[in-house]
Formats: sequence, structure tokens, C-alpha cells
Amino acid sequence: MKEQENIQDNGRRGFIKNVAIATVATAACGSLACSCNSKQAVVAEKIKLLSPDGEIVEIDSAYLNHHDNMAVLSQHEQRVGLPGKKFVMVVDLARCKNLRKCITACQKHHYRPTDKEWLSVKLMKDSEKSAPYWFPKQCFHCDNPPCVKVCPVDATFKRQDGLVLIDNDRCIGCKFCMAACPYSTRVFNWDEPEMPLDVMNLSYNAETGVPAKVGTVEKCDFCPDRAREGLLPPCVESCPNGVFYFGDENEDTVTNGEETLSFTQLIKDRAGYRFLEELGTKPRVYYLPPKERQFPVERGYEDLPEDIKARFKDIMEADKK
Amino acid sequence: MELNTYQQEVFNYQRPNIEKFGKKNMIWSVFFLILIMIGLYALYLQIAKGHGVTGMRDNVVWGLFIVNFIFFIGLSYAGAIIGGVLHLLKVPWGKPIVRLAQMMTLISVIVGPIFILLCVGRFDRLHHLFIYPRIQSPMTWDVMAVLTFFAGSVLFLYLALIKDFAVYRDAKMNIPAWRQKLYKILAIGYRGAASQKRHLIISQNLLAIIMVPLSIIVASILSWIFGMTLRPGWHSTIFGPYFVLGALYSGCGVLIVSMWVYRKMYKLEHYFTDKHFSYLGYGMMVLGAGYGYFTFSEYFTGWFGSAKWDNEVINKLFSFHEYGGWTLFANLAGIVIPVLIVAIPATRKPLWITLSAFVMVIALWVKRYLIIVPTLETPALPMQDTRMEFVKYSATWPEWALTIAGIASFLLFFTLISKFVTVVPVSGLEEVNFLHEPHHHHHPEATQKDETKPA
Repeated sequence: MKEQENIQDNGRRGFIKNVAIATVATAACGSLACSCNSKQAVVAEKIKLLSPDGEIVEIDSAYLNHHDNMAVLSQHEQRVGLPGKKFVMVVDLARCKNLRKCITACQKHHYRPTDKEWLSVKLMKDSEKSAPYWFPKQCFHCDNPPCVKVCPVDATFKRQDGLVLIDNDRCIGCKFCMAACPYSTRVFNWDEPEMPLDVMNLSYNAETGVPAKVGTVEKCDFCPDRAREGLLPPCVESCPNGVFYFGDENEDTVTNGEETLSFTQLIKDRAGYRFLEELGTKPRVYYLPPKERQFPVERGYEDLPEDIKARFKDIMEADKK
Repeated sequence: MELNTYQQEVFNYQRPNIEKFGKKNMIWSVFFLILIMIGLYALYLQIAKGHGVTGMRDNVVWGLFIVNFIFFIGLSYAGAIIGGVLHLLKVPWGKPIVRLAQMMTLISVIVGPIFILLCVGRFDRLHHLFIYPRIQSPMTWDVMAVLTFFAGSVLFLYLALIKDFAVYRDAKMNIPAWRQKLYKILAIGYRGAASQKRHLIISQNLLAIIMVPLSIIVASILSWIFGMTLRPGWHSTIFGPYFVLGALYSGCGVLIVSMWVYRKMYKLEHYFTDKHFSYLGYGMMVLGAGYGYFTFSEYFTGWFGSAKWDNEVINKLFSFHEYGGWTLFANLAGIVIPVLIVAIPATRKPLWITLSAFVMVIALWVKRYLIIVPTLETPALPMQDTRMEFVKYSATWPEWALTIAGIASFLLFFTLISKFVTVVPVSGLEEVNFLHEPHHHHHPEATQKDETKPA
């Protein structure tokens, strides 16, 4: 129990840190709000800021309005996306050994419980004789998204930066998108979600998927909130084996945090493909086939907790024979 | 409203049915109300605790509720098509049963949509469908379709009732004043003047012409909620006509059953004759054969093509470890039995036809379940989930309670309406004598003269 409190506390502290970063970032971006009739007009310290006209101005910190990072983006900005970007992900199947660090990092970042996997790792076995391999799967952020097509209220939408996100203030919970998604990406809040109180009280941000709301749909969002800060999504960052490469198709660069590569070259050299291409959904996630694997598949199985091990038992046992 | 002797007789015969509620009906209705209350409690739980109280989960996102929606709304579309066609073709024997078809339409268009609302996670946001509508979503098409159809069917039934309301208004029945007043309002001053008659018949004809194709369109749109996805078992070009036929077929069955029940309840053997059972039975047989043909085409092409994802669903449907038993039941009781019962002269009797229709209606409900659930249990990616309730759908008691409440309200509505209007229309029943004299055909004018004789 104490440990859990600690985790929550860390989460909160991390959150406060984010708020601080975002506030400075906003101010620097020019959406700075100056209130001169502020009650707390105590002379503290002068802060140098860049005005929208490109001039450096010095302002008393007490006159700054503090926004938390969730309120930074307008509805419109949340729906348009990061200007000039086209996010893309490459998953190197040769490197995955089902460590599940990506899953826990994702759950922590989005304040989700352990049974809610926006990102999951499947054990795939394509045909009888072929060898099984670990297959991390998040939302594919399709360019022809079946989920967006069927949403009756425009609660799930496609942005200019390629992302498919959800406005859970608008979602009516009809679950049509879940029925339409061929990749079982979306999850539903069947019961009242449990989150720290200060997170629950935030206004919803489609870029973080926080806070969750009962009776609405949610899914992997590629963490554009992190991209705005110049950071990689937690799944990418937390993977010690560098399975995930995240980047921008317009810049033709992807990185797993350690190496930065040309996206087209990587796909060309390693015969990158998209999962179920024949469905015509045009995913924004590419897979590199599990050739010259770094780990035997059993390495991702043996140390798993029993309940998770049970998921893969059938395939592992069939493979042994 | 002037009635000829025959119509007067029809009215007098049914008059006690709408004057008195009756002890039996009271017991019925209270029983139904109790079932509905239990359903409302389940609904309260679902709203208060979230959809977690249902058996629906991330894979099987829709369950009994959408099955009920397809079932009831299908009855509604069928009622409109049957009622519209009987009206337009001026089928003489159709006159006494047109109202039954229209009642079925109205009741199921009220009960059906409740079930699609139960699939929605956020009741408080239903207005989003209208303030943020997105026209390319088949769900939006369906919202428009159901609302248009609802308006059309209410109007269609009402127009057909105006003459009768005028009859009830003028009859000086032994009923409470509020009902007298209501009939008076509903009759909107109809006196049977020539111009009134003309306006009424033109409106009815127009509406019938609209309602028949409209029903076909809206039943197809319903099917496209499924057909427009990429899922095996749903993504099929025949889904539109398949749903239209399924709706008509099950609607024909419910019509036969309701005819039988009312015939027993109100002793209407004179109006719902054995011939009616045979004729509707023929309809049921043809529709059943058609439905069987569609079902066969659907399974056969899927199985023969044997694409991996398609085959997974087909295998589930035909494996006795999964849904094989239900598939067998749905096709035996839903297609083979009713077709045979009507085809064989020895069994072409009201009771047999009714029994087979009753079983067929249940089988078609099961069939809808088999369309929805196995497909949702078969995603493209392996589930690899150890939470059994996420892997396999199993309806919970609140879902069953609400389903039973839906059936109860369907039956309660049938009881209540039959206490408010006569089940057999009083006005416009001139031609009913054809049933007893099939050998000579009259023009309606000629018939009216005939009916001055006692029937």
C-alpha cells in the first residue's frame, strides 16, 4: 500500500514537473498572458521571456498566469495536430523479447491500470511450420482509418500530423469504432476508471488521453504531448532493446533513442512491411521482419508471471512439438 | 360516421373488447409491468455502475442488446412492408389483418430503438448525435433512417385509424370521458364527407408508396452497420437484402402468431379465417425459402473460398464445440420446419402454422445472435487474453432482464392497443365477405350493396 502511494506520489511529482515545463514552453511560444491586476502582486523575481514579436521582455513572475499543461491546447489545436509533422513508427521484431517494459511505461504515463493495455505484445505464429515471434502492437494510426469512418459524432478524428485521437468529452460510447477496428486496438471504460484525484479533475486532453471517463473509448495516442516537448513516447524510451523507432516521415527520420536512422532507408534495407496491408487501412506503423533475432523466443516466456504466461501457453506448447 | 349494416355488425361484435379491460388482461398487464420494472432496475444498475454489469467487453462490444434491436426493428420494417403492400394491392383478404401489421410496426419501432440506446455508453451525450453529426458514419445513417421510419409509421397507422376513431367517437360507448374526448380529438372531425374520403385515401396511398421502399432502405442501412466493417461474417455484399428478407420473414411469423392469439382471445374466427393462416403461411414459406437461399449463399461462398479469417468464423458456426448446435437449431427451426409445415397440405392448419411460426421467430432471434457474437469473438489478431469474459461473450442477468422487459413491453403494448382500438378495422371492411364467397368477385360498390344482407 505504501509502495503504491509512493508511486502515485512520484506520478504526481512528475506531473507537476510537466506542468512547469509546459508553462515555460507556452510562455516561450507566445501564448503568454499578462495580468496586471493580479492580487499576488508581490515583487518576486524578474523573468526574461520572448514576446511574439521576437523581442526579449522582462516581466515580474507574479504577473504571469500559470496554466497547467492540460489546458495549454485548444480544442482546435488538439484536432489539427503538430504542424508540419507526419508521425511514423517502426517496430523491429528481431529485437523484442517480450520484456513488457513498454506496456508498464505506457500505463504509468497515462495513469492506466495494469489490465488496460493500449500497447500489447502478442505471440504470433503465422503458419504451422513458421517460428513464433513477439509482436508489439499499438494503435496503427491508419491513414485510412476504419474507426474514424464509422464514428457518428466525430469523436475520433484524423489529424494533419497523421495521428488518430479521441475526444472523450464528445464520445457517446457506441463502440462502433471498436467493432470497425480490425486490430483490436481500442478499449472501453466499462466501469468508473480509477485515477489519482488531481488527474481525474483535469480537463480532458486528446493528446494525453487523460483523464479516462466511464462509458467512453480510449486507445494508444502516440503521445504527441511528449513530442511537443521534444521527447519520445514512453514505450520507445523504456525499451532497453530499442525495438521501437519513432519519428517524422516528413523529416524521413526515426529514432529509438539510441540510433537515429533514415526511415525510408530502414524500411528498404530491412524489408519493412505493414500488418494486414491487404485491408487497405494504410497503417502508420511499419514492422521489420524477425530476421537474425537477438533473442530466442522462449526468453520472453520463461520469466513471465503465471497469469501472463497463460496467454501464450497454447502457442509455446504447440511450438515445442 | 355512417356505417352499413355489415360494418355495424363488425363494430358491435368487437365493442365489448374496447369497452372493458377484463380481469384476464389486467393480470397479464400487471405481470408484464413487473417484468418491465425488473428491467428498469437492471437499467438503473447499468447507468449507475457502467456497462461493466453487462457481459459485453472489449472484443464482443455488442451483445444481446443489438440482437434485440435487429430483431424488433426488423419486425417493424416487415409490418410496414406487409401493411403497405396489402394496402396498395387492395388485397381483399388483407383488410382485416392490415391493422395487425401496422400495430406490429408501431410497437416494435418503439421497443427496438430502446435497445440500440442500451448499447450506448453515455446516455447523457445522445444529443451529440444531432449537434456533431458525421454523415459518413453508417450509425448516423441509421439514426436518420429510424427517425424517418418512426415518423412515417406513426402517420401511416394514424391515417388508417382516423375512420375508426370517428366510429368510436360516434358510438356512445360506455367508456370514461377522457377516452371519449381522446377519440374525438384523434378523429379530427372526420364525418365521411366525399372530400374527406378523397383526401384520406390519397394520403394513405402516398404514404404506403413511401413506406414500402423506405422500409427496404432502412433495413439495408441497419445491415450496413455491420456490412461496412471489414469483419468476416459481416463484410458481405448480400447483407442489405439478407436483412430485408430476414426482417420480412420474422415479421410474417409474428403476424401469424399475433393473429392466432387475438383470434383466441377475442374470438375473431370470423375475420381471421383459416384462409388467412394459409395465405400468410404461403408468404412465410416463400420468404423462408428465400432466407434459406441467402443463408446458404453466405456460408457456402465463405467456406468454399476458405480465406483464413472467414473460415475461423464459419468453423465456429459449424463446430459443435462452439455454435454448431445453435446453427443447427436456427436453420432447422428457422427455415426447414416452417417451409415444410406449410408445404405439406396435412399440416397446413392454423395451429401448426402458428406453432412453426412461433418457433421460427425464436430461431430468427438466435440467427441474429449468430450473426453478431461469433464474428465479434473472432478478431484478426489473436486475443491472448486470460480474462475469460473478454474472450467469450456470456450475457449477464441485467442483459437478460432488459431483454425480457423488452418482450414484456412488446406484449403489453399489444394488449393495451387492442383495448383502445378494435383489432379488426371497422371501417373499410366492406370486402371481407369475399373470404366466404371466393367464387364471385365484385367491385367494391357492388359489394356494399351485397352487405345489406346479413353476413
